[in-house]
Amino acid sequence: MQMQTTTRSLAARHLRAYYGKHLAIDGVNLEFPPQSVTALMGPSGCGKTTLLRCLNRIHELIPGARVEGSVLLDGEDVYDSDIRPIELRQRVGMVFQRPNPFPTLSIMGNATAGLSQHTRKDERRAIGESVLRKTGLWDQVKDRLDRPADMLSGGQQQRLCIARALAVQPEVLLMDEPTSALDPIATLSIEELMSALAADYTIVVVTHNMQQAARVSQHAAFMLNDETGVGRLVEFDETAKIFKNPKDRRTEDYITGRFG
Amino acid sequence: MILSLRKRAERAHRNDRVFLGIVYGSAGTFVLLILALLVQLILGSWQSIRTFGFAFLWTSQWNPVTSQFGALPLIFGTVVSSFIAILLAGIVGILAAAFLSDFAPREIARPLSFIIELLAAVPSVVYGLWGLFVLAPLMRVAIGPFLQHVLGWSPLFSGPIYGVGLLTAGIILALMILPTVTAISRDVIAAIPQDLREASMALGATKWETMRRVVLPAAKTGIFGALILALGRAVGETIAATMVIGNRPEIAASLFAPSYTLASVIANEFTEATTDVYLSALLELGLLLFIVSFIINALARLMMWTVFRGR
Amino acid sequence: MNVTTLAMPERTAPHKTSIHIRRLSSAFGVFITGLCASAAALAMLIILFYVAVQGSQALNVGFFTHLPRPVGIDGGGVANGIVGSAITVGIATLIATPVGVLIGIFLALFARGALAESVRFLADVLSGIPSIAIGLFAYALLVAPLHHFSAISAAFAFAVLMMPIIIRTSESAIASVPRTIREGALALGLSSYRATMHVIIPAARPAIITGVLLGIARITGETAPLLFTAFGSEFWELNPKNPMAELALQVFNYAISPYDSWHRQAWGGALILIVAVFALNLIARAILLPRRQR
Repeated sequence: MQMQTTTRSLAARHLRAYYGKHLAIDGVNLEFPPQSVTALMGPSGCGKTTLLRCLNRIHELIPGARVEGSVLLDGEDVYDSDIRPIELRQRVGMVFQRPNPFPTLSIMGNATAGLSQHTRKDERRAIGESVLRKTGLWDQVKDRLDRPADMLSGGQQQRLCIARALAVQPEVLLMDEPTSALDPIATLSIEELMSALAADYTIVVVTHNMQQAARVSQHAAFMLNDETGVGRLVEFDETAKIFKNPKDRRTEDYITGRFG
Repeated sequence: MILSLRKRAERAHRNDRVFLGIVYGSAGTFVLLILALLVQLILGSWQSIRTFGFAFLWTSQWNPVTSQFGALPLIFGTVVSSFIAILLAGIVGILAAAFLSDFAPREIARPLSFIIELLAAVPSVVYGLWGLFVLAPLMRVAIGPFLQHVLGWSPLFSGPIYGVGLLTAGIILALMILPTVTAISRDVIAAIPQDLREASMALGATKWETMRRVVLPAAKTGIFGALILALGRAVGETIAATMVIGNRPEIAASLFAPSYTLASVIANEFTEATTDVYLSALLELGLLLFIVSFIINALARLMMWTVFRGR
Repeated sequence: MNVTTLAMPERTAPHKTSIHIRRLSSAFGVFITGLCASAAALAMLIILFYVAVQGSQALNVGFFTHLPRPVGIDGGGVANGIVGSAITVGIATLIATPVGVLIGIFLALFARGALAESVRFLADVLSGIPSIAIGLFAYALLVAPLHHFSAISAAFAFAVLMMPIIIRTSESAIASVPRTIREGALALGLSSYRATMHVIIPAARPAIITGVLLGIARITGETAPLLFTAFGSEFWELNPKNPMAELALQVFNYAISPYDSWHRQAWGGALILIVAVFALNLIARAILLPRRQR
């Protein structure tokens, strides 16, 4: 699954998001480096999840929610071009905070849920096996592929959701606090998976856990609410630099635990 | 690969537009359906409306032979039988609801509630059957004479006892709307916050005093909504009413007298309606039923909305 | 307290009695309410008892398999009514279920604000309209223009009666599917159609089926609209374009007839109706219960 590095890019420009009348984030300009993991950090309510959900146009599904500004995927603005949300979401996949396998589909059914309906059965199973292997689930589930997915543990379900997202062959993988509902062992294994996937995908992960951000990401963005409660991007840099030498005072306060 | 993805997404998007069209179309068809219902009733009643005008509502002659159609006896029968039903079902139902919600332990409340709710499932024709062959004879032989013995001084309980009549219809209707009153009242009462009860008990009030002075007044609006909803059912009930009310379009003082309701006259005479104006008059009754039940339902809904909104 | 005891000793005595009276009246109040609840339940059991006892006397194999026979001749049955009712209810279900579920989808997933509220309001209004008025509607739409009665017109009336129940339960079922499932499906790049029909609806299916069963229970035994739509028949009829025998109508006609033997048949038919309705209700509850415990 080798991809061209130069043209697969994701960026946010002057991004602004509303919940009804309430402005949640404003003035976000951010370029997500391809083939690496970018962490979005910040205290709760700072808008990092909102930003994430703007990237694949899930934010606007909430009644009254809207977005201004642009998100560029390979140079095309996903809000203002020929790109339909359906296409966007196949190119930018998402993994949610609580694992959400589809309840009426089997494990294999879940893994292949995003594939086109015209996919032949053998091809379907092949892709399913491939992504289940890639997420380290294959050996654990190969004997019960047709069983319901909710029999799996939390960590396994989250892997299944990652596999499901990967089966569609996205360029970008968005992860919204993917380990916050999991136990420490499952958390660690998901983090290992993230690092392994970074070679082939652009990954953006929202995390409230700084140590996780330090472990897993190559770049990090720090967000914070300003005095009026609007979430803004404070600093963005390589992870190592941000943690050793934050440029902004507020970033430093957050990292050293003075708040949040 | 990106190109075929774009084409596939485009096709999926077009399919979605069709899907959304069907979804919105169903909702639109539904709205049109109800409007069509209203329109058909109005169209069908037009001849009668033109012939009799508003006097239709207070003319007491329902005579197919002379083509004189006035709805007053029918309105009378509907109102009185429904009133009796609401009175009986209201008292029994609200008290039962208080018991099921607050006083009864769960092991008793659950099965009792279940049985009472089954009452709602019984088809109307079965109620009518029971009313005709069990209640009506009982009324003629036992209940009626007893009531006449005790309350015969009142014109309400005077006159011959046929068994079928306003009172019998009222009782059957009461049975039919009882589960509605009980179930909704029970839910409304149960929804009253527990701290209200606790505050009352802490002041030394007994269970019954708490119910009477604190809980029921707090549940007033919702219970009233339940009663109005039940009233709507009673007004529209056709088959059970027509089997036990006697089917005589006359206004009488006694509750034992046979009577007629708006719905039962339609049921009985529709297929016999020989002239256009006869048919139109019956359709006008249908229109009346529609309007009345619409108003009743809208009112009930308003009450319920205010009850459950403040939660 | 001690001061008053010393100064006015008689104050304490009436106070104690009043507590007793209050406790007694409370117990009485609880008793009366319990009596009301028991009376209501008892009424149900009495009616059931009568229907069971009287109805079972009419039940024999012939009752289920024979056509109605003229009065005085033994062995008549309601076979055509059972079949006719099944056909009519079946057609009604086929019409009402897809439309009702689609409107449930509309309300739960796509409609916002005033639009959704208006449709819900109308569905509520519809559920309160007397069934005879709906029968009149079916008559005006499908009987009068075609100049003959038919099971189809009855099925139409039944479908209209079922719809509010199916709409309400479908909406509730679909809205109960967790938001994260819907978002997950859309975030995967599934079209609204696939997300709805292949992920959300299957998840809501048990509750939707329950709603359909309750809708069927609602129209089973419904008689008033049949009087001038299906009209009834003495013979076998399988073509829905013709008037058709309906069990509920047969019960009604037998009941108001002057013949004892027909009255017995009415009880028998009533027993079949009650068993059918109760079975549907119990199955509907049984479907939902184990799910909720999950």
